[in-house]
Amino acid sequence: MSNRIVVSLLAVVFGLLAGAVLMAVTGHDPIAGYSYLFEGGLKNPERIGNTLATATPLIFSGLSVAFAFRTGLFNIGVAGQLLFGGFCASAVGLSLDLPKAILLILMLIAGFAGGALWAVVPGLLKAKFNVHEVVSSIMMNWIAYWTIYYAVPAYLKGEFLETESKPLPEAASLKVNFLTEMFDGSYINLGLFVAVIAVIIVSFIINKTTFGYELKAVGHNRHAAEYSGIAVNRSIILSMAISGGIAGIGGVALYAGNASNIQIGILPTQGFDGIAVALLGANSPVGVLLSALFFGLLYSGRGFMNAMTEIPPEIADSIIAIIIYFAATSILIERLIRWLIRRKANAKSASEHEGKVK
Amino acid sequence: MWTTIAQIAPYAIVFTIPLLITALGGLFSERSGVVNIGLEGLMIMGAFAGAFTIFKLQALYPNNPYVIWIGLLAALLAGAIFSLLHAFASINLSADQVISGTAINMIAGAITIFLARNMTGSGNIRISNFVPFNIPWLTDIPIIGPLIFTKTYWTTWLVLIIVGLSSFVLYKTPFGLRLRACGEHPHAAEAAGVNVKRMRYIGVMISGAFAGLGGAIIIVTYAGEFTGSVAGLGFLALASLIFGQWKPIGVLAATLFFGIASTVANVSQVIPSLAVFPPIILKVFPYVVTLIALIVFSKSSRAPKAVGEPYDSGKR
Repeated sequence: MSNRIVVSLLAVVFGLLAGAVLMAVTGHDPIAGYSYLFEGGLKNPERIGNTLATATPLIFSGLSVAFAFRTGLFNIGVAGQLLFGGFCASAVGLSLDLPKAILLILMLIAGFAGGALWAVVPGLLKAKFNVHEVVSSIMMNWIAYWTIYYAVPAYLKGEFLETESKPLPEAASLKVNFLTEMFDGSYINLGLFVAVIAVIIVSFIINKTTFGYELKAVGHNRHAAEYSGIAVNRSIILSMAISGGIAGIGGVALYAGNASNIQIGILPTQGFDGIAVALLGANSPVGVLLSALFFGLLYSGRGFMNAMTEIPPEIADSIIAIIIYFAATSILIERLIRWLIRRKANAKSASEHEGKVK
Repeated sequence: MWTTIAQIAPYAIVFTIPLLITALGGLFSERSGVVNIGLEGLMIMGAFAGAFTIFKLQALYPNNPYVIWIGLLAALLAGAIFSLLHAFASINLSADQVISGTAINMIAGAITIFLARNMTGSGNIRISNFVPFNIPWLTDIPIIGPLIFTKTYWTTWLVLIIVGLSSFVLYKTPFGLRLRACGEHPHAAEAAGVNVKRMRYIGVMISGAFAGLGGAIIIVTYAGEFTGSVAGLGFLALASLIFGQWKPIGVLAATLFFGIASTVANVSQVIPSLAVFPPIILKVFPYVVTLIALIVFSKSSRAPKAVGEPYDSGKR
């Protein structure tokens, strides 16, 4: 486990170094770039609030991917699950007139159900027909994309624009005054608290329950798990449903917290970033939380960096992508660590040897 | 009805071609034993390299038709070189190939726009693209003429030739046999004296080159502009590969199906005989059919047996 942490940290270091090289070869000053990037994410309470808010949907999408990973499933359909969960929650938020607390809970349930519905299809196909979940969840992404594309204008149309839904009323928003004021007008919202609770619950499920143990067993060796009496197919379907449900709640945080409506024609990039978050967080809930915060910092700081320098904002995405490449090729880093340790040992024995000769 | 079909056909073909060449590239990679989910990113990289080359050269030599061909060549090379990242990770480092491919997609999507902004000042690169033409005489052939030989592009014919050659290479040459063997029984292939790692490198690089070409063909035919995305066509190519059961002819049929389905969905609103269908049904149709096809083929999948498994010559 500690080895995984070292690998993740080194992947971050290499990613940041590669980002610096990218800035340098394109004729920019990397030190200025990074200092504006981090200032942009941390300079004052408002920026810190925005960093936390940017991280919120990433915590959910990362948790979603990590949860599926534990059962050996690659949920690449988080984008569609976010979108559909967010859509279901928005539909509830726009059509019911209830006190804020009750409405928000109903919206979270609707979001969970929508995301779970979208993910259970690849889960079923995997369990019943052994269809690879990567391809089926990519198809589900596009089905979600087009469903929202036509459903929003048809049912939730805004007053002036065809391309987005009506804004959610105050009672259906995860934004609350005390948070906005505490962070000087930031768009931080209750989604962050829901995310932290989700991290704790998922952590508990994975580490302390029989169900979590079964998931891990299936992920580790499907056939051995089957042989020892675990209902493998049930685990696969449940795991995808829960993974999608988490993503769906992420959709609520995204569309009813960070934003106040759904735009059509966009697959939320947070869905794909979830893969990066989970990978960097070594698929552990706490790791996901930390890596989502780090990515949130890069994403929320890049605007300020772009305003203060000529560096294009895509540097943040590039750094994240490179980090993922290094995390995926962790063997390279592990070899490097082993090589460094051996060299150190050799140097030590060499110096001892030298000491003896003298 | 006939006029509708004749109107749609040229667009359907133009849309099919980049999908076809990309899926064919994926076929080489997967047949050699490496899953390549990074096709989308490789297409984006090719689209960027092609658009950037053409953009720069057109400033120097306006109206020179060869410039676009040089751009396509640049895309081919850029795709092949960029695919080395995936090859190295999956072949030498035994990385999870799906994750490595995902990293390829993310890197391409981010870095190309980053570079485009640095080098041209904008995330979008506009170029003057190929102009479609009618092939003389052949257009006069009844039925086939209007369907296939009108409003066509040279790239269409180039890709069809590549498909034919690929079929020949895969099934009729020793190289093709060795490549397929590496995806089915790498240990047996090695015992027969085949360098499995080298064959897999070649497979992945061909997929990179073809996907790069596919991305650039989008730019020089119907798009005319690089925008940092290929709208999921790389993933659709991956689905076509499975739909087509890892065979060149199957891939041709599958991509043609997607080409026609997407074109029908795109033009349905302007063609009265199609406007009776709700647009959402037409848009979702190809993806739902793919899901159904995946279920149907799940019993008799022709997937290369060793695809996705890192090759370890010590393991038997």
